[in-house]
Amino acid sequence: MKIGIVRFPGSNCETDCQEAWRVMGAEAEMLWHQEKSVRGFDLIVLPGGFSYGDYLRAGAIARYSPVMPDVIRHAREGGLVWGICNGFQILTECGLLPGALLRNAGLSFVCAPQHLRVENAATAFTRAYAPGQIVSLPVNHGEGNYYIDAAGLRELEEEGRVVFRYVTESGAADAAGNPNGSVNNIAGIVSRAGNVLGMMPHPERAVEPLIGGEDGGGMFRSVLAGKE
Amino acid sequence: MEPEVWRGMGLSDDEYAKITARLGREPNYLEVGIFAVMWSEHCSYKTSKPVLRKFPTTGPQVLQGPGENAGILDIGDGWGVAFKMESHNHPSAIEPYQGAATGVGGILRDIFTMGARPVAVLDALRFGALTEENNKLLLRGVVRGIGGYGNSIGIPTVGGDVYFDPAFSGNPLVNVMAVGILRRENIATGAAKGAGNPVMIVGARTGRDGIHGATFASVELTAESESRRSAVQVGDPFMEKLLMEACLELIQAGILIGIQDMGAAGLTCSASEMAGRGGSGVEIDLDLVPRRETGMTPYEIMLSESQERMLVVPRAGSEAQVEEVLTRWGLEAATIGRVTGDGLLRLTEGGEVIASVPVAALTEEAPVYRRPAREPAYIAELRAADLSGLRPRRPAEDILLALLRNPTITGKSWVYRQYDHQVGTNTAALPGGGAAVLRIRGARRGIALTTDCNSRLTYMDPFYGGAWAVAEAAQNIVCAGARPLGITDCLNFGNPEHPEIFWQFEQACAGVAAACAAFATPVTGGNVSFYNETPERAIYPTPMIGMVGLLADVEKLCPAVFPAAGEKIFLLGPAEGLLAGSEYLSQFEGLVAGALPPLDLPALKKRLDFVLAAHEDGLLAAARDIAEGGFAVALTEMAAAVGARVDLPGGEILAALFGEGPGRYILTAAAEAERELTALAAKWGQPFACIGVTGGDRLTVALGGAPALNAERARCRAAYENALGDLMD
Repeated sequence: MKIGIVRFPGSNCETDCQEAWRVMGAEAEMLWHQEKSVRGFDLIVLPGGFSYGDYLRAGAIARYSPVMPDVIRHAREGGLVWGICNGFQILTECGLLPGALLRNAGLSFVCAPQHLRVENAATAFTRAYAPGQIVSLPVNHGEGNYYIDAAGLRELEEEGRVVFRYVTESGAADAAGNPNGSVNNIAGIVSRAGNVLGMMPHPERAVEPLIGGEDGGGMFRSVLAGKE
Repeated sequence: MEPEVWRGMGLSDDEYAKITARLGREPNYLEVGIFAVMWSEHCSYKTSKPVLRKFPTTGPQVLQGPGENAGILDIGDGWGVAFKMESHNHPSAIEPYQGAATGVGGILRDIFTMGARPVAVLDALRFGALTEENNKLLLRGVVRGIGGYGNSIGIPTVGGDVYFDPAFSGNPLVNVMAVGILRRENIATGAAKGAGNPVMIVGARTGRDGIHGATFASVELTAESESRRSAVQVGDPFMEKLLMEACLELIQAGILIGIQDMGAAGLTCSASEMAGRGGSGVEIDLDLVPRRETGMTPYEIMLSESQERMLVVPRAGSEAQVEEVLTRWGLEAATIGRVTGDGLLRLTEGGEVIASVPVAALTEEAPVYRRPAREPAYIAELRAADLSGLRPRRPAEDILLALLRNPTITGKSWVYRQYDHQVGTNTAALPGGGAAVLRIRGARRGIALTTDCNSRLTYMDPFYGGAWAVAEAAQNIVCAGARPLGITDCLNFGNPEHPEIFWQFEQACAGVAAACAAFATPVTGGNVSFYNETPERAIYPTPMIGMVGLLADVEKLCPAVFPAAGEKIFLLGPAEGLLAGSEYLSQFEGLVAGALPPLDLPALKKRLDFVLAAHEDGLLAAARDIAEGGFAVALTEMAAAVGARVDLPGGEILAALFGEGPGRYILTAAAEAERELTALAAKWGQPFACIGVTGGDRLTVALGGAPALNAERARCRAAYENALGDLMD
């Protein structure tokens, strides 16, 4: 499994991602945003942060960065792409995933541990979890309010493409469990082919007991298990 | 030159005469402007210097003491911690978002200038009462500004503190502490040395923003301050993120002689200070300074406080390498002059010399004033108040719930939820407990960080307040299991030209110095902020302390909340606290009064060492010191998720439950550790008692067996967790 993490100017979770892969027993390489090719990589991670300052709109400038055309080619050819937080925003901006991420309901940035339900444990990113398992991962964003129109939402739900849903500690996907106003409490979705995943929570911040717990480790294990 | 010119820039007639004498001629307009900012209180410390000299600043752990952009402490194995705290009070008072944001940006530059990668930010904030709409507006704006900058640049905001008091109405305090990690061999300094070496400006272009920020910070806030909004800079965290990466790369490449950020007084201050430290001169051709707007005068270029700029002196011949690094990060670098051997700050434009001033006259020869000091009359009045007859006005449960909703005491999750406190994945102890704890990646050790100051106690007795701020910081640090190493300070006071204010300043600093000496925690740097006054009032004197402690093994960090039910609870320290200056007294009696008995610093030090000894023996499950709100509040904070049942040895109910005062801790330990812990306390001669057990749905406290408080845990928890959000949302 060859893993590349794209470093945009303004990314700030790229090193955390690299460290998380190391903790999980894998090496990940940094890819400068001006690289024209991502050939040879099995997985491209678009990390969290504020690419290009999030100016204009989160992810709106990053989609035009030199590396993106080849990331899109990689995805269209079935390669794995994993967008976390700002990476998810970039994926919706560049059209690899549907919908958009709006300002949080309540308009405040939110950084807090958040319970999630694993809605689809059959993806390349989540097969180490049990279906319906409740995990706790940190969220950390100002624009994580996922929106998609009614038809798109129906499609996502019917095709089982909602991978994570915000829930309360006891597993209720209601307003109390929703940190940002996302439609249907959606925290993460996957492309129709299942190879592109975008999510707002930060699994790379939850792979060690000392730092935020270990609930995020399953995602890394899922991906690594796929190499055989 | 008309006297109005120099007076308008903040120079006294006497100071102007000194300048003329030193130059042997009349200065020109640009030179007067340069002197005015360099001799401003903000840049010259002309009032505070004689007092600050009394701080202990040395110790085996000090790698860099005061005088540089930040202090550095040795944490072993070749690692150092660079840290400093600074105020951004005046800008935040009139433009809270940008004022606070650029406060974060400025202090972060001080850290990476030293060659350290910033790993944490802490914010110590003071606001007026939230019953006033303007104070809510300021709180909201400041918190958004801190988050807006820190979250974007990707440095976690891991801690700090927030107090509310009418004394800060209209003049909030925004004190930002930044902390970085470096390898000893990468320490960089801000000295310009070696005649002929180039002087380069890197990062953002120079514009007209923030002109006179330094002089603006050196006067009181008035109704006209609003019109000085243009003196507030605008921050660009994206630019600073790129600048930080580029500068760290330059420092690691080993091609820099000196590097300094451009903060207050911009190019004037950074060039003068770098030359001053290097014993050199600097020549700058203003035509070469990259600008973001046209038609700027030399005066504007020299005084601009445009953010995200650095001044660097690389080795001659490495200019191209500097440019290559900056270009890769999408930034500009320009050679604007060179280091000279003549000790002059010389500016040219169009080939003509337009200013030529001895660097020493701007820096070490800046005037120093011994201001008169006089004890204010209120001190004796407050001290004389008789608090002996106080009886609870309401049941203890009601008092507790009201204290838990008191904005100063209540949980601050409304604040820290807006800050990314985890980026970097080193934050081992999250906000909301005691000290913040970070691991050092690649090492076993960790650092504990805290900011502390009780402004009200400092108002009542400045010496006590200064010493207690250091002591409380140390208590927080040892509770986490870390050994206190050193401090930075941010000294916020009113107008020092008033003898009563200057007395507060002298006394508070003497208290800080005494405690630092007693605890062997030297001062490695800091910042003074005077003129924190509105027409209505001066702020409460606030000598904010930022402390760094060291954990030998970060895995052994001790939580500030009960981890489990069924553990033994202990009270370390006196059974009764002090009602003088307490939150209880203020909230329920409307009083700020009482006598504060002198702090026994050696005894407090011994108690700190006992707590550390208990940690080292692995006996403690949780630890927290008793602060605002007293024992009952500290117990609730620890037991909110677990519950507790305790029986205190006795004492008067108000002093025992809600009294504050130094040297009091709540500790817990597993039942099987009780005997060993008690024996250790006896060996150290500590007042120590097992008072109860964790667990249950209630918080119950008895006094000598008699029921004193019986509260529903969930209700206390809800009050503590929701009160601030309820007020703000």
